[in-house]
Amino acid sequence: MASQAHAEAPPIVKQKKDGLFSKKNIQILRDPLDDNNPVTVQVLGICSALAVTVQVKPALIMSLGVIFVTSFSNLIISLLRKSIPTRIRIIVQLIVVAMLVTIVDQTLKAFLFDVSKKLAVFVGLIITNCIIMGRLEAFALGQKPWPSFLDGIGNGLGYGLILIMVAVFREFFGSGSLMGYQIVPQWAYDHGYVNNGLMVLPPAALFIIGLYIWWQRSRNEKLVNVS
Amino acid sequence: MHSNQYTLIYAAVLSIVTAIVLAVAAEGLKPLQDENIALDTRSNILKAVRLDYTDRTKINEIYETKIQEMVVNTAGEIEEEKPVQVDLKNQINIDPAERKLPLYIYTDDDDKKYYIIPLRGTGLWGPIWGYVSLEGDYNTVYGAIFDHKGETPGLGAEIAEYPFQKQFQGKKIMEGDKFVSVNVWKTTYKSPLGQEHRVDGISGGTITSDGTDDMIENCLAPYVTYFDKTKGKSQVALK
Repeated sequence: MASQAHAEAPPIVKQKKDGLFSKKNIQILRDPLDDNNPVTVQVLGICSALAVTVQVKPALIMSLGVIFVTSFSNLIISLLRKSIPTRIRIIVQLIVVAMLVTIVDQTLKAFLFDVSKKLAVFVGLIITNCIIMGRLEAFALGQKPWPSFLDGIGNGLGYGLILIMVAVFREFFGSGSLMGYQIVPQWAYDHGYVNNGLMVLPPAALFIIGLYIWWQRSRNEKLVNVS
Repeated sequence: MHSNQYTLIYAAVLSIVTAIVLAVAAEGLKPLQDENIALDTRSNILKAVRLDYTDRTKINEIYETKIQEMVVNTAGEIEEEKPVQVDLKNQINIDPAERKLPLYIYTDDDDKKYYIIPLRGTGLWGPIWGYVSLEGDYNTVYGAIFDHKGETPGLGAEIAEYPFQKQFQGKKIMEGDKFVSVNVWKTTYKSPLGQEHRVDGISGGTITSDGTDDMIENCLAPYVTYFDKTKGKSQVALK
């Protein structure tokens, strides 16, 4: 997964056109889920992973927001890639990302007000999520729109996967519920079961992500020597 | 390399296009957002008297049947406006004697009255606001709720959490005839005021705590004058 250079020169040999869901494109979509996960392998976007994973619902909404922003910013930047003046390309990327994030924020305020209150500043902070700018610079600037779009969805999913996994652990052990529905029955509490207070505090997310990285690397040989 | 002219025009066109997209989105979604904010206000007012509902119709139903809205002034009179028409943001900065004071009265099933007072002040990063409810003695705090625009999560934003707000229940705002407010102080802070006039501030959220302290004092003071003027004849004046 070496990052692609800013491709200005068209390839000399015309490549065979890939199908929409060719093996290569599926690879682009699947890679960030495991082998090249933005959170656990590239260790990007950790800040929001700590902050919005106390409950599953905000984590889910946050993930959808990030998937929307990564995929469409990748798509838009890829469509514009040949016309963007190199000197202001970072600013152009930022404007596009900021626009998409603002749309997400406004939509949440209109349709999911309670969730938007919980996510508060973190929706706005999607702009600074390194995953997004990273994918724009490394991928979308040099690739065709469709693969870029898939790459965006893949990376958003990779991020969301970790977020939701952490949130499931934290909500289940911290509050005994999932998606707001009580899972641990009352008799368990009556018999002395206590929610784990650490789980609702931010450090718990760090521990869970740490354990996940450990498990992932011990299982996946490709990651053995990745620092 | 693109020319300067191209770069400038590109930047300008991109800015205009994004501005138009955002303006359309913001305007289009505004009615829905306003509705949510109005409902949130009602829900907060109810939370100030320890009624926590999440259901939309339930909130509106309870609010409309149990809450009486009015605007009063320090002279003890009732103004003609409605609370929605009073902009707290401006009111908190003018002389307390001239303020218009929105007041919400909650009557429970036993016909007990609670007086809900809106608050507004400044935190660290932006405005903070809330509601405090007083019992019929105009002295004991029944409940309090605070919210904020952008205080730091985990630090200043803790004012919006229940453990902080719960501390206010049962506190007193008067010492004898003197208004002393409920102060947000560090537990070790030395003061002649007793525990019934103070709550524990937030570690790491000192500026927000101080802002909350100032907000409560600044916003409650004129109401105390109003209550003084109407005490005894309250049943008549508040009808």
